[in-house]
Amino acid sequence: MEPVALPNAPATYGADIERIEIELLLEGVYRHYGFDFRSYAYASLKRRLWKRIQAEGLPTVSALQERVLHDPHMMERLLLDLSVNVTAMFRDPTFYAAFRQKAIPVLRTYPFIRLWHAGCSTGEEVFSMAILLEEEGLYERARIYATDINEVVLQQAKAGIFPLDKMQEYTNNYLRAGGKRSFSEYYTARYEGALFNPSLLRNVVFAQHNLVTDRSFAEFNVILCRNVMIYFDRPLQNRVHELFHGSLTNFGLLALGSKESLKLTEFEDAYEPLDAREKIYRKLG
Amino acid sequence: MPGKRFTESSAERDPALVVVGASAGGLHALQVMVSGLPADWDTAMAVVQHRSRDSYALCELLQDVTQLRVCEVEDKQEITAGSVYLAPPDYHLFVEDQHFSLSIDAPVRWSRPSIDVLFESAADAYGDRTVGVVLTGANSDGTRGLRRIVDAGGQAVIQDPATAEVRVMPESARRAVSEACVLPLDAISGHLRQLRGRNRVPCARAGE
Repeated sequence: MEPVALPNAPATYGADIERIEIELLLEGVYRHYGFDFRSYAYASLKRRLWKRIQAEGLPTVSALQERVLHDPHMMERLLLDLSVNVTAMFRDPTFYAAFRQKAIPVLRTYPFIRLWHAGCSTGEEVFSMAILLEEEGLYERARIYATDINEVVLQQAKAGIFPLDKMQEYTNNYLRAGGKRSFSEYYTARYEGALFNPSLLRNVVFAQHNLVTDRSFAEFNVILCRNVMIYFDRPLQNRVHELFHGSLTNFGLLALGSKESLKLTEFEDAYEPLDAREKIYRKLG
Repeated sequence: MPGKRFTESSAERDPALVVVGASAGGLHALQVMVSGLPADWDTAMAVVQHRSRDSYALCELLQDVTQLRVCEVEDKQEITAGSVYLAPPDYHLFVEDQHFSLSIDAPVRWSRPSIDVLFESAADAYGDRTVGVVLTGANSDGTRGLRRIVDAGGQAVIQDPATAEVRVMPESARRAVSEACVLPLDAISGHLRQLRGRNRVPCARAGE
């Protein structure tokens, strides 16, 4: 059966009015709740907004604004819409394979390894990296910080339960990423889903942090921010890159999503590629 | 090599963006269409070909048949004339003002990249300067998007299902978009070459 709702404005909706309404909504959200979506990439943001508008049975962006400003539960739902990036464990297996091959040897030389998953969402990447570090014998030395704008999503990541029907895909990804064991060793199948070993999180701290508005809070050897900044416009990407640059040790590593790039950002020359294809960069001293 | 930017003045008269959707059978159809485009084409093309995450090198296979610059889109990449942009596997492709953006939102009708997502955002950004092209495929992705392009004043081209490896996608589009030109595969590039501004080029309409 085909999915129903069209998550976008009817074609006759005046484009200029729509832009005004969206800007007003985002301004209202910022002033009232402190979440700043004003510098998000417009087209993908708009699509997510309309999905929520239609899910709520509302006629316009302005109607959504009215609800959001007066109903914090509405804001919670909207926040989930705008900030949750469900991904897959070992998404882009070639990235993890490259990380194993090129980044791990570098990290092996450090007595302690501090990693930051910036925008960790529901935690798939956190578990993937924990498994990888475990298999490479580096987990004990690792201190991992996983942050996200959204508390609800952080709780979900902490719980470590993922849909059972995803396990086959994740297993395939894991193997192609150079996984050394049997993926099923890392979880137990329960009624509510696949529960991943809590011990994988023993060196992980989850904390709320807003990439847009919050400052740097520590220095890291590795920052992973994959397929998070695609939702930001270019000026915001530059601001976040400034945050990352200031949060990395010299020769620290920055990992982006497979179709993201430092090119056209202000920080292109502040890094050299460790793996250009997999978007793993090393900060120049 | 920098291409010509899309500015208001240059886009005033020419179609600004051709957006193309294909699924099963798309590789061959895209090769035929792209090979017929002129090397000095002053329009840009964005393509969603349904692809699995482990897909073949679509970029190289298309680059083989044209001198236009063929590449997979990176996030925030600028839209320049004379280029053919491919949606990367497992991302949605959006059209912003003068550049593209990507997302990893949920698949739409089980597809990521989704043709509807590209087409709808193109219609929103370029309005009547958009041309949508639906090629061969096994589902109805692209139908809603093509309808939206036409509703925004843009133009529509559908591969004649009789020439399609799989008829379902163009058939579905044809039913919903009576204003579309229905053309045999090998006539599509010739039609695109003729498009100038908002004038309609004569062709067999879906509704006829």
